[in-house]
Amino acid sequence: MSANQIEIILSRQLADCLTVPVFLIDPNGELLFYNEPAEELLGKRYEEAGKMPMEEWSTIFNQADHEGNIIPPDELPLVTALKKQQPTHGEFYIKSLEGKKSRISVTAIPIIGRPDRFLGAMAIFWKNKES
Amino acid sequence: MKVTVWGTRGSIPSPSPDNNHYGGNTSCVQVTTDDAFLVLDAGSGIRRLSGKIPEGTARVDLLLTHLHMDHIIGLGFFGPLYNSAITVNIYGPSSIREDLGTRLTRYLSPPLFPIRLQDLPCQLNLIEISHSEFQIGDLTIKSDYVCHPGPTLGYRIENSNSVLAYIPDHEPNLGSAHFPYEPNWTSGFDLAKNADLLFHDAQYTPEEYQPRVGWGHSSIPDALAFAKMTEVKRMYFFHHDPAHSDAQLDNLLKAAMKGKRFPFEVGIAAEGDEFEL
Repeated sequence: MSANQIEIILSRQLADCLTVPVFLIDPNGELLFYNEPAEELLGKRYEEAGKMPMEEWSTIFNQADHEGNIIPPDELPLVTALKKQQPTHGEFYIKSLEGKKSRISVTAIPIIGRPDRFLGAMAIFWKNKES
Repeated sequence: MKVTVWGTRGSIPSPSPDNNHYGGNTSCVQVTTDDAFLVLDAGSGIRRLSGKIPEGTARVDLLLTHLHMDHIIGLGFFGPLYNSAITVNIYGPSSIREDLGTRLTRYLSPPLFPIRLQDLPCQLNLIEISHSEFQIGDLTIKSDYVCHPGPTLGYRIENSNSVLAYIPDHEPNLGSAHFPYEPNWTSGFDLAKNADLLFHDAQYTPEEYQPRVGWGHSSIPDALAFAKMTEVKRMYFFHHDPAHSDAQLDNLLKAAMKGKRFPFEVGIAAEGDEFEL
């Protein structure tokens, strides 16, 4: 197995140091890493989950709008950041694997490395205070 | 593949009676085969190398890891640049804002240097590389960015017989959350894996490293851990701290090895060292 690119390695290091949940995916959409706060949100440790294809992580949260309508995976900020390579922000409700419902804000950014390589995307989650 | 060391010191040339053995010149390593003449970095050690280039050499390939001063300070004193019969290919890390020529010209132009890069008489080619693989003679060169401030490359140089890994400025501990236990999350791993010889940053003692985390260099224990993880056959300390004398370097190696056994040969790179790979 090849090592990850330095931009991805350093993104993970940053995620490890943050107290907000962070998800990191590769250019194919495979979930590469999520940090401890994200484990709490997801209800599963990263070491247990391992790498996860986009089809799995993009539906695992049961993400829904404020009326309870399921949000299609393609409208998730992290999927948009991946497919359009542009930063995206969104707010919605999720349900963890343990069934806990939370209202969250998500900012997702594409990771463009030197000299101009698309290496994946990172999403930062904020649990909204009223949730 | 013959490897000759012309400079091993980090940060600044620091000649002193106290470091005559390991040397005070900054990074420069020569790699030669029947088909290739490579120079790794243009630290102050490159000046002495200039005098040893065989008559009739038509092409020299100079691979820069990055453009910090200690790695290019000798560039203006590299003889082939002044020889119109020689083609000099300079490879360096690509950057987002400025091309390699513009960045090198900051140094090779007045007031810092009397001769401009564009006025050098050699056949000069500037080649920007990043996550790259290319061929020079019988050597396959792989380059990739490693953990160090600014665009910085490490190199893996291989032929059918052997592999040299050259990562003189590197802080793998900073980039890896669980260093040294996750190879695929460790900067430089693919460059060094199973190398016959690894030159690796080992600038600091653990005590010196602590207040310098993020400066882009390794402690000696981290350098040894990286070598163990990458399963190299030989690892030589490189980028010696300018304040470390020969006696101190010997003591640091002794202390690092005390009570431990490593499955590879460990040494301290010294000016004049030669390796046949």
